[in-house]
Amino acid sequence: MSTPVLDVRGLAYAYPDGHQALFGVDLHVHRGERVALLGPNGAGKTTLVLHLNGILAAGAGSVSVSGLPVTKPNVQEVRRRVGIVFQDPDDQLFMPSVRDDVAFGPANLGLRGEALERRVREALDKVGMVDFADRPPHHLSFGQRRRVAVATVLAMEPEILVLDEPSSNLDPASRRELAEILRGLDVTVLMVTHDLPYAFELCPRSVVLSDGVVVADGATYDVLTDDALMSAHRLELPFGFDPRTIGSPSAG
Amino acid sequence: MGAGHGHKLHYHGHSVVHRAPAHLKVASLLVFMLVVVATSRTWFPVFGVYLALLVAVIAASKVPPLYIVKRMVVEVPFVVFALLMPFVATGPRVDVLGLSLAEDGLLAAWGLLAKGTLGVVASLTLAATTEPRDLLAGLERLRVPHQLVQILGFMIRYLDVVTEEMRRMRVARESRGFSARSVRHWPVVARSAGALFIRSYERGERVHLAMLSRGYTGSLTPGATTPGATNATPTTAAPSSTTPGNHA
Repeated sequence: MSTPVLDVRGLAYAYPDGHQALFGVDLHVHRGERVALLGPNGAGKTTLVLHLNGILAAGAGSVSVSGLPVTKPNVQEVRRRVGIVFQDPDDQLFMPSVRDDVAFGPANLGLRGEALERRVREALDKVGMVDFADRPPHHLSFGQRRRVAVATVLAMEPEILVLDEPSSNLDPASRRELAEILRGLDVTVLMVTHDLPYAFELCPRSVVLSDGVVVADGATYDVLTDDALMSAHRLELPFGFDPRTIGSPSAG
Repeated sequence: MGAGHGHKLHYHGHSVVHRAPAHLKVASLLVFMLVVVATSRTWFPVFGVYLALLVAVIAASKVPPLYIVKRMVVEVPFVVFALLMPFVATGPRVDVLGLSLAEDGLLAAWGLLAKGTLGVVASLTLAATTEPRDLLAGLERLRVPHQLVQILGFMIRYLDVVTEEMRRMRVARESRGFSARSVRHWPVVARSAGALFIRSYERGERVHLAMLSRGYTGSLTPGATTPGATNATPTTAAPSSTTPGNHA
């Protein structure tokens, strides 16, 4: 296979206070894949995500993005390649208008004028928010803010889109709209989530992280139907949801 | 959230005053305030002229006077202080309605009230006729240091978020049977304020992380990411209609 978009090898990390969050994580994501990263609270999912674009530096092991190692000198390019959508859109959207916010990333990459304007419009178009370009983010609904947050990252034309709990706090309609948007994107996706039906719907492959190590990596259907694995790592399907009754690979 | 359009202080309109460039309005307000403050408080008629100027601008802006009056509550603490002055000041006394008041105190109270009120009304007029983002762009054009404008921009952006968080915390407190009725309850309110401070601080860190993740390197490139600057051309570049005189 070609160079993986995301190549994490033996990644270990301890926080400055001594708490160790990751104990040798291996993860490879190839172009065009949509992968769900599952795991209970405190499994180290967020810590792993913060390594992917060099916010945190690996204690041991390495992270490469399309062959480019995540190190200090490469950090700017790595952050262009890895687009992270954080859980709370209010953390991500800080400019007085949606347009300025979407322009923030590409402007940091050096885009100006017409090229910047076009990049902003394309990104907003992908999430169906073009009509809201001049609105202040805090006047949008939560679902709209989440979509704008996705656009702010898409505007940087990342090679991999990393979403932290994309479905949290969304009503079912917004949740479905976001799923449609994500499915329509031609980009590699790594989705951190507790929302197992959402993972099943969107991601053909799932990786389970527990206590700082990868404990399972395979087809989402197989992971969700492995009862022993699920209960060993505090993963539970919501009431009434059974992948078996839906059937295997539906996501595409 | 149910927030309306625009800020609570902003009154949507398309008058001459609304369309005037923000930097001109800010500069006018500043000059007006300096002149008012520098005016001796015994030149009573001059304050009448100032007031007339302000009223004329408000009339031109088509902002309902009641809209401004309602928002003048921020001045209340100063009014209370001003009203106390004639009682606490020393010096020659005069009798007003059977009360013995200090002459100096009366004059000081008048000065404080007149200048304060003019300042509050002028500022409210600026706020009512200028969108926050235009205000930022105006400050930028006045060469206010970039960092300060950025800080103001963040403040405007997160004011609603923090207010909403504060409201949620209050609702959660009250849902557990608490309401701040007396001084004895203040420690609880203080602890909430502390928690709010920490939460805001942590949010600041998360915002910073999110900015770093989008390639922020410590310098906000002017022109492209300045709040209000990218969009300055289509919506805010109104015909630079001449605003009368040095007032906002």
